[in-house]
Amino acid sequence: MLRFLLSRSGQTLAVLFTVSVIIFALMRMIPGDPVLMMLGDDFTQAAYDRLRAQLGFDRSIVVQYLIWLQAILGGDLGDSYLNHERVSRLVWDAFLPTLSLVVASMLVGILVAVPSGIVAAMRKGSAWDWGSMGFAIFVYSMPSFWKGIVLIWIFSVHLRWFPAVGYVHPWENFWEGSWRLVLPAITLGTFFSGLVARIIRSSLLEVLDQDYIKAARARGVRRAALVYRHALANAMIPVVTVIGLQFGTLLGGAVLTETVFGIPGMGRLTVAAILNRDYAIVQGAILVGVLAVVVVNLAVDLTYAFLNPRIRVA
Amino acid sequence: MARPLDAEVLPAQAPAAAGAPSGAGAARRWWRRFARNRGAVFGLAVFLAIVLMALFADVLAPYDPVIQGVGPANEGPSWAHWAGTDSFGRDMLSRIVYGARIALVVGIVAVLLAMIVGVTLGLVAGYYGGAVDAVIMRVMDGLFAFPIIILAIAMMAVMGFGVKNVIIAVAVGFIAPFARVTRADVLAVKEEPYVEAARLAGVSGPAIIARHVLPNVLAPIIVQAALRVSGAIITESGLSFLGLGPPPPTPVWGSMIAEGRNFIVMAPHVSTIPGIALMVTIVGLNLLGDGLRDTLDPRLRR
Amino acid sequence: MRRVTEERPAGPGPEPVLDVRDLVVEFATEDGPLRAVDHVSFSVGRGEIVGLVGESGAGKTLTSEAILGLIRPPGRVSGAVRFRGLDLLALDEATLARIRGKDIAMIFQNPGASLNPVFRVGDQLVETMALHLGEGRGALRRRALEILTRVGIPSAAARVRDYPHQFSGGMAQRVMIGMGVACAPALLVADEPTTALDVTIQAQVLSLIRRLARELGMAVLLVSHDLGIVSQMCHRVIVMYAGRVVEEASVAAVFRAPAHPYTRALIACLPGLDDGNRLGAIPGVMPGLKALPRGCRFHPRCGVAEARCATEEPVLRPAGAGQIAACHLVGAR
Repeated sequence: MLRFLLSRSGQTLAVLFTVSVIIFALMRMIPGDPVLMMLGDDFTQAAYDRLRAQLGFDRSIVVQYLIWLQAILGGDLGDSYLNHERVSRLVWDAFLPTLSLVVASMLVGILVAVPSGIVAAMRKGSAWDWGSMGFAIFVYSMPSFWKGIVLIWIFSVHLRWFPAVGYVHPWENFWEGSWRLVLPAITLGTFFSGLVARIIRSSLLEVLDQDYIKAARARGVRRAALVYRHALANAMIPVVTVIGLQFGTLLGGAVLTETVFGIPGMGRLTVAAILNRDYAIVQGAILVGVLAVVVVNLAVDLTYAFLNPRIRVA
Repeated sequence: MARPLDAEVLPAQAPAAAGAPSGAGAARRWWRRFARNRGAVFGLAVFLAIVLMALFADVLAPYDPVIQGVGPANEGPSWAHWAGTDSFGRDMLSRIVYGARIALVVGIVAVLLAMIVGVTLGLVAGYYGGAVDAVIMRVMDGLFAFPIIILAIAMMAVMGFGVKNVIIAVAVGFIAPFARVTRADVLAVKEEPYVEAARLAGVSGPAIIARHVLPNVLAPIIVQAALRVSGAIITESGLSFLGLGPPPPTPVWGSMIAEGRNFIVMAPHVSTIPGIALMVTIVGLNLLGDGLRDTLDPRLRR
Repeated sequence: MRRVTEERPAGPGPEPVLDVRDLVVEFATEDGPLRAVDHVSFSVGRGEIVGLVGESGAGKTLTSEAILGLIRPPGRVSGAVRFRGLDLLALDEATLARIRGKDIAMIFQNPGASLNPVFRVGDQLVETMALHLGEGRGALRRRALEILTRVGIPSAAARVRDYPHQFSGGMAQRVMIGMGVACAPALLVADEPTTALDVTIQAQVLSLIRRLARELGMAVLLVSHDLGIVSQMCHRVIVMYAGRVVEEASVAAVFRAPAHPYTRALIACLPGLDDGNRLGAIPGVMPGLKALPRGCRFHPRCGVAEARCATEEPVLRPAGAGQIAACHLVGAR
């Protein structure tokens, strides 16, 4: 277990390093003079020269990377090109709504997918099975932004049950915040559930075929306990891994969903920043987003190691 | 030296691997297995329909998709305009038909690019192992950590917008999955006796890879490709929806959906119909991909 | 076609623990139903160790699984499996579940795969006992320790908290045996219990089974492809081929005077220490269920087949004291 922990942590650091290099390279490849862009309206030759030297533009690219990296690690993501606000502040403010959307979507997704997948596996080949798997493919294939628009059309415009746009932090005002999150969470969550339901089904079917289930049955374990205790305990372990690894996909999906529902999250921030050529924000947002994904992936691996006795108890 | 040997003595394709095809008999068997899956056949039909639509857009579209004012603005489906018109008075049906072109081109080309690069990297990493493997896979891990949309957005920031850049951005996002899948299979095939035999016979590395390893890892790669095309199309639509895709007035389903958003109350068809087209395409492609996977990869049969 | 067995060997005296009559296990396929087990009949007496022998695919595993009702669709079971007079095939799942693990226990070929990998071994043992015995958890935990010790697992107190992957094959099989005998069943069905184990461990596990059978007065149905193991362990032997019983006799009789050509060939294949270098083999392979030969199923591989062996199916007939065989040449001597 310890060895696993160490190796995974090492791997994570390597990935973070690679990611930082990729982001740094991308940012440097953007046409235009970044120093000029950073100064914007405050341009004076003296300021320009000073900033240029500060950022190490007169030195090698490796040194520039190290200077950049040092700032990042210190939490300094720079200032917005446009209004010179702290990028770290802007990104953090935008990250929270995105995070609550992703978490809410995961909850919705799991609530739908788990029963659906289990029922489909238990009644393999039946109408239940085809129906729920068909539904899963259906919602998984719908582009999330379009699904959001359709949901708004039905539930906000016609039925007037939910507000179409707007966001409130659920921890500031639980009912208002959660209510506003319902449609976005369903949009993103059903996509997620389509994927997870199919995986639960196939994982459970595979486990039910195993010798230890047959052996447990031969010892007199009843059907309910066989499935819900013996089989699920094994089947859910890889599923948990998949769910966790989908965090990145959900983050990407959140970018689109936020735009549809007017949630002031990372998606809106990044897209606006790109259109405004405010690359400091773009860089900061991407850094934070990818960092979150990598951290969650590491957590998923550690959870898997904990759940799987073969790794936990060597 | 060893050259004459590999041409004559060693078979071009080795037996007993999951996907190695050989001749018309095997192809017919595959078709029969594939055809038993009704979803997959439906998916294939949808895919072919979309391809036809894209190829013959000029013939199928009743109007020129970019000309404004061929009809009243925001009018629902009617005899003159089967899919209605958008806010600029452009014929929706024509725009949808032409939109299939961009969707397919981007999807297929992006996946092909990603496949070529990713598979090559995976082959090299898997076969040679060691430091080469470690370096390549760490870079792939880094790429993999980016949600595809976010990576694409970042690349568009660098390259600017437009169809070509969308294709490249999407392609870069899919390199990592191809590399991983290929590498995993290469690691398995590497241990097979026929590879060992070729190595002992002195066949060079690249020749072994091309002649013995590649054909036997082809099946899962094809499955990956089929499954990823739908993801590529969704990503491209998402980018267009956000305004980062091909510029107007190019008919792209994603941006059409975005345009129609403002008129959702009075003219829902402007958003809904391109959305339906997109969804049907994706469902079809996903079913097709699933069907291919179930047919070609017996290990995953449920 | 109904097979009628004319005489049974004089094996078990009082009412047998297990009495299998005309057991049929069929699988529905696209080409029609395939019979993997075709009217198999035998019985096991109280405290008797009976061997069920045959090549892979002969139907012996399916026979053993059918006894406990473990065959799932598309398999279909018919016939009668009487346990102490009660027909198991006629019982519903809930009633059957009360018998499984308590009155009849089963152990399988791959012990490592037969234990749930995410539960501790002790917990699985306690679960089995909790299902069938009315005692409290504390008492059951103590029992679990006793059982592990009894089956020869060292440091049972520590091992009871271990997970299955921490046990070697031999140790895992001992745990399975422990779980099997935990509720003192009347019958233990052992499906190839030592096939996946090292030869040295095989002997230990077999002697453990034999000892427990004796101590508990338990009957054992030992399924194996290895006639050598069966000769060491069993009182009686039942030989199966292509889904049917071809010979049944006491171990002594079968080795002294095997009646069926297949049995003779099997015995001839057993390696002996002074055999020289050749390993014997029976030419050909056992026919698949879709391509069963007409007449006697063994005749294409039989060294002494006659003309009628290719047209008439032989029935089980007496071949000596307490011995029956399904061969045209039996009794003709």
